[in-house]
Amino acid sequence: MARTSPKQSTSKRTTPTKQATKPAGTTPRGKAGSGTAAQNMPVSSAKSSRGDTWDYAPAPETVKVAIADRYDLFINGEFVPPRDGGADGYFDTINPATEATLSRVAQGSAEDVDRAVRAAREAFPMWSALKPIERAKYIFRLARRIQERARELAVLETLDSGKPIKESRDVDVPLVAGHFFYHAGWADKLAYAFPGRTPRAIGVCAQVIPWNFPLLMAAWKLAPALACGNTCVLKPAETTPLSALRLAEICREIELPPGVVNIVTGDGRTGAALVSHPDVDKVAFTGSTDVGKKIAKSVASTGAGTSKRLTLELGGKSANIIFEDASIDQAIEGIISGIYFNQGEVCCAGSRLLVQESILDRVVKKLRVRMASLRVGDPMDKNTDVGAVNSSQQLATVKKYLALGIEEGAELVLPGVRGEVEAQTPTRGFAKGYFCRPCFFTDVQPSHTIAREEIFGPVLSVMSFRTPEEAISRANNTPYGLAAGVWTDKGSKIFDVARKLKAGVVWMNTYNKFDPASPFGGFKESGFGREGGVQGLRAYVKLDS
Amino acid sequence: MSDRLEVLKTYKLFIDGKFPRSESGRSMVVHDRAGRVVAHASRASRKDLREAVEAARRAQTGWAGATAYNRGQVLYRLAEMIEGKAAELASLIDACEGGKQNLGTESGAVEVRACVDRLVAYAGWADKYSQVLGCNNPVAGPYYNFTVPEPTGVVCVLAPASPSLLGLIALAAPALCAGNAVVAVASGANPLPAAVLAEGVATCDLPGGVLNILTTQQDELTQHAASHRDIDAIHAAGLDEKNAELVRAGVAENLKRVVVRSLDRADWFDPRLCENPWWIESFVEMKTMWHPASV
Repeated sequence: MARTSPKQSTSKRTTPTKQATKPAGTTPRGKAGSGTAAQNMPVSSAKSSRGDTWDYAPAPETVKVAIADRYDLFINGEFVPPRDGGADGYFDTINPATEATLSRVAQGSAEDVDRAVRAAREAFPMWSALKPIERAKYIFRLARRIQERARELAVLETLDSGKPIKESRDVDVPLVAGHFFYHAGWADKLAYAFPGRTPRAIGVCAQVIPWNFPLLMAAWKLAPALACGNTCVLKPAETTPLSALRLAEICREIELPPGVVNIVTGDGRTGAALVSHPDVDKVAFTGSTDVGKKIAKSVASTGAGTSKRLTLELGGKSANIIFEDASIDQAIEGIISGIYFNQGEVCCAGSRLLVQESILDRVVKKLRVRMASLRVGDPMDKNTDVGAVNSSQQLATVKKYLALGIEEGAELVLPGVRGEVEAQTPTRGFAKGYFCRPCFFTDVQPSHTIAREEIFGPVLSVMSFRTPEEAISRANNTPYGLAAGVWTDKGSKIFDVARKLKAGVVWMNTYNKFDPASPFGGFKESGFGREGGVQGLRAYVKLDS
Repeated sequence: MSDRLEVLKTYKLFIDGKFPRSESGRSMVVHDRAGRVVAHASRASRKDLREAVEAARRAQTGWAGATAYNRGQVLYRLAEMIEGKAAELASLIDACEGGKQNLGTESGAVEVRACVDRLVAYAGWADKYSQVLGCNNPVAGPYYNFTVPEPTGVVCVLAPASPSLLGLIALAAPALCAGNAVVAVASGANPLPAAVLAEGVATCDLPGGVLNILTTQQDELTQHAASHRDIDAIHAAGLDEKNAELVRAGVAENLKRVVVRSLDRADWFDPRLCENPWWIESFVEMKTMWHPASV
């Protein structure tokens, strides 16, 4: 197995530049454009299975994006400094591919949250009473400006989050614009979405989002809330606030009325203050199941009398089931995109691969070859498939699971064939930045930690099964229920299995597809409520009386 | 004095299609408004709740797997059984809850008629709600994409004190019609109509375990229901603020879906309010499926 080689491929790495060797945080701020990551990155394909002949030339994204030295909070249509604006009032946000500081961002306090909630409250009567078609037109404007500024948003997203520019450019940002377009059109058609009822806006929405799809999650939260006539206070993730702040600029640009969208940056304390604020009518959270449960508890106790509404989109440990009668090559592509898309930092990642026993060896072999062709490295390079893990903290989590997997007896398979390995472990061999090579474990037992817990990294657990019944029971044997994949060319089998899987999204002969018109959300401990589609509107309207 | 001694009945629990007494051996005395003993009822314990949940879990997959047409027929059959027990149920409601004097025109007979109609309404919804709540989704790509509602699983009903029977049926029927299994905990104030309902359920073709009915002092089980990790959802009404908060905190336990309603007594009789697919929607999970639609 590839893991046995201790050799480190330092030879192919470009000499670290002066900038790359500087400690993190010393990079001049405000000009943190593109290209800085390329220089300290090992070009993984330099020693890929294809040999040197077919290596790609660097293809850096060259659009420069202006980033301010410092960002304030977006409250009531203005950028305002945090109340506690001293030394602790701002924190660094860094580029996880270079560890260079991109900017400093305000740490919203409970007092700042209160200001934002009050602004949203004051804006609510006007916004909810606005003629629906006018509300729609504001949201259409947002969508249009997002499209027009798409490249800038994509670059910013990649710099702040570490995801490959290919994905932020072709997936995240187009979906963001799509979400606003889709929901804009609902604003004046809500009565048709809820037959027999008269939907009404709920009020002030507190929305807390994660770092894996920073701008897309903001769109998932804001678009339906605004279309239904609610006002919002959004808290972006601590490590990825920049694209949401750019969205705030766009809100100003399109003259969205002040207070309708407020963006309060900060860490977990800011989020906690927001979801427990007594004047919030609805809480929407995307993130870990642990934090989701804490929020549920806080909402249960602060919602005295008029209970706060709550929707949660939480973790997953989704199964990708491949039957012997599947189209194997297609399935391999689906497995690869299922787990390595966005460095595996996807709540619906197909992190448990269930392979029918008769094709296990074939699938594992093909998977190794395909995995070795994935290009890990500079997120700003247009050919990069796997970028940087979002933070050192997340990388530490992934490392913990890698060690646990080995310790519990699973076999770690690394990229490279015929003993060509770039590093001993997936996370070594990179000069700077938080990187992890795609990898997978074989010989995984369902009881192993790596088969039960969400890793949120480019790590796949491969297991086998014999009968469809066994596949279904293994797939459902988890407290989660977010997504699942089924691969077979037999129609009746695919529907039978899809029907029996306890998951909110089932991809049949495909994986990781998203669309504004398609509801997304989980069964069981993966949360409740849907985002997207007509069903997603439900979370943002009152239907009673 | 009559020359014949009346046989006083002890009403039992209804778990897994059977009528056990409480494992705790406890029972409670039920009085009418004049303070006379009407009957005894078993007083369910935490362990009875657990057993009912296990029975519901075992029965749920089969019930969800029944055709929607079949589920509708079974619920309609339940309506038939309640109609047949109308006099008995009405007299128990009148005797213990106040009848015409206390409840105005909504005497026991009116409540039972509303129960029957409520069941008929949801019998009809069984093969229609998924057409109202589900849909095809026009995604921007060559995929066939559709969303269907699936049952959440095991639903615990915490029924209100008044109207005791209509409240229980109104909370249970939406969950049942969507293929969920239900553990209903009747209000302690007047548990007898719920116990009689169980006798109707036992003879209506509803598979054992799909609807379990417990009589007890409801407060005693609220906390246990909220923290039970194999209860997927709670549909409650008439709770005081303390119990409502307890139940809502159950979300934090296992992400159970919790709906706590506060309705005025008259609201329960309003079909527009209580007989609509949005009551079902709280106890289904939307499953969205994608398949490539090009070669």
